[in-house]
Amino acid sequence: MTTHNKINPLGPGYEGVTGKDLRFRDVFRDTLRAEMNRDQDVFLMGEDISGGFDRDTKEPLDAWGGPFAATKGLVQEFGPERIRDAPISEAGFVGAAVGAALTGLRPVVDLMYFDFVTVAYDQLLSNAAKSRYMFGGQTRVPMTLFARSGAGTGHAAQHSESFYSMLAHIPGLKVVVPSDPYSVKGLLAAAIRDDDPVFLVNDKKLINLTGFVPDEDYVIELGKGRYMQRGDDVTLVGMSYTSIVCEQAAAQLADAGIKADVIDMMSLSPFDEDILLESVQKTNNVVIVDEDTPRASMASEFAAVIADKAFDYLDAPVKRVTGPHSPVPYNKGLENAFMPQPEDVVGTVRNMLGRD
Amino acid sequence: MEISKEKLEWIYTTMYRIRRFEETMLEQTFKGNSMGVTHPSDGQEAPPTGICAHLTDKDWIGSTHRGHGHCIAKGLDTHAMMAEIMGRATGQCGGKGGSMHIADFSKGMLGANAIVGASIPLAVGAALTAKYKGIENESVGVSFFGDGASSQGVLHESMNLASIWKLPVIFACENNGYAEATPAWYSVSADDIASRADGYGMPGVVVDGMDVFAVYDAAGEAVARARAGEGPTFLELKTYRYHGHFHADDPKKYRKADEEEHYHERDALTNFEKRVTSQKLLSAKKLKSIRDSIEQEMLDAVEFALSSPMPDVEALYSDVYVNYSNPILGLR
Repeated sequence: MTTHNKINPLGPGYEGVTGKDLRFRDVFRDTLRAEMNRDQDVFLMGEDISGGFDRDTKEPLDAWGGPFAATKGLVQEFGPERIRDAPISEAGFVGAAVGAALTGLRPVVDLMYFDFVTVAYDQLLSNAAKSRYMFGGQTRVPMTLFARSGAGTGHAAQHSESFYSMLAHIPGLKVVVPSDPYSVKGLLAAAIRDDDPVFLVNDKKLINLTGFVPDEDYVIELGKGRYMQRGDDVTLVGMSYTSIVCEQAAAQLADAGIKADVIDMMSLSPFDEDILLESVQKTNNVVIVDEDTPRASMASEFAAVIADKAFDYLDAPVKRVTGPHSPVPYNKGLENAFMPQPEDVVGTVRNMLGRD
Repeated sequence: MEISKEKLEWIYTTMYRIRRFEETMLEQTFKGNSMGVTHPSDGQEAPPTGICAHLTDKDWIGSTHRGHGHCIAKGLDTHAMMAEIMGRATGQCGGKGGSMHIADFSKGMLGANAIVGASIPLAVGAALTAKYKGIENESVGVSFFGDGASSQGVLHESMNLASIWKLPVIFACENNGYAEATPAWYSVSADDIASRADGYGMPGVVVDGMDVFAVYDAAGEAVARARAGEGPTFLELKTYRYHGHFHADDPKKYRKADEEEHYHERDALTNFEKRVTSQKLLSAKKLKSIRDSIEQEMLDAVEFALSSPMPDVEALYSDVYVNYSNPILGLR
């Protein structure tokens, strides 16, 4: 047990709060377990979420325990009806999850890699997101989906995308992007308890990171961002892993005497316009860091909102640091060049502030 | 399969209601009173009627762009349906769904769906809920789709899922011979779509979809199997749509007259009338009184719809989410 003195502007603060330093992956699994214990209607479905069945007994082996072992051990606790291993049929089982949600259950779907969203996209877009609206509010679709995004692990073009905007663009769907163990606990619990379809995008680079997590049961309100640190000179806006990139950049900038507000958006739809505008009105400079490709991205959306609602406060044009308009490459050097790096952010800020 | 007198009356009422609803709906569409595209299902009355005769409000159906018949057979109110097609606030979906998205969750109707094949896994999901809750005996999922959807991948995924998980599902393929203008003989690789059920380890049954008695019998077995926990069944109901793909489509451009005549001779309603009167199951007088009451119902439905209010413009922004912290109105 440990306590943490880092400021958490969303709640009462970490100060004096009891908790532990935990790995992201363990917090993810423990939160799934807690939500399944809390509500019997919550069940999990996905490919290899237990992984493997005994040839003779037909019992699940839990050989994989889910992609990245995210759900290891849960099948022993909850059984194969609630930890439902699915064939490689994303459209089929995402559609079945929508049907289950429409008829009273609260499915949680593991889509493995973010890139597989496209295989199930019709069910997500045409059924999960639209049912409530096109049926005149008769129904709700309380389902949660999650998948791993992000470059940096050598997974190449078809297992590394971070196309957040492709989800956030859809009316009826919510999108959240945890960036540390604290936020994944609060966001995953909130997503599962929410009555709308929520997609949690989980950057692979976070999975083995450790961070402070309060012991108490809590949820993070969907649509809220948070300050990771405060500073007056520039606003750095991150989401998912780029929030960490922003913190790293802020540390380098601090060495040069430049103090940054670092915002972790946490939710992409809805998203926290107020925190963006509040910070920009103070710092008058903003850099948005997004691992997604730049065209029609969240970075572009945040930039548009800032330009629309805080234009008179800006001392410089809004800058975006994003991936290039290309697929994710395999080669390590190219892959690193694809991802926004702290140095890219630092360079952009220095240029913006005339502090080269 | 024995059919009670009450059930026979229900079957005739339902089939006649579907027929007259579609004809009335088309009249209103051509008068400009419907607000968009409609897909009439007259000619195909037997499949939804013969299947839904075995269902209750606790059973769930998924439907298609050609969904009026499914809605009516599942017990949806025709006044509200006509209003929905006319885009009125009094429609099942408040005028926001229209002909292709009529739904009534209180009746176990998961919605008409305008992406071909997209509602199929929803019925599988409803069956998954039933199995999860241990209520398969009172809640099965029926997926209505056509020969066009039989070429969609999601059907095959759904059949596989339903079979490996032994879910209480009936795959009801209404093969009306045409996917839009494309004939099934061109687009379907098998002589009988039902033969594909073999590959998914479930019974596949070819049914005369112009004969409501045949549909009733086949569906009775399929629903009983599902309720008994024995898993899914695939029914291929060979049927025919009397009109084009949508209201303004002229099917004579791609169908031959002798084919249309062939199916009209086998009309589900005419043959039902002949059979029940000749076998003295229902009287001609009874059938007439059913028809008269439906005629009045259609007049009333049109009057109700035409006199109903349009939705308020605020409805544009409601029901996107159960809750959303960014005001939708502020996002444009």
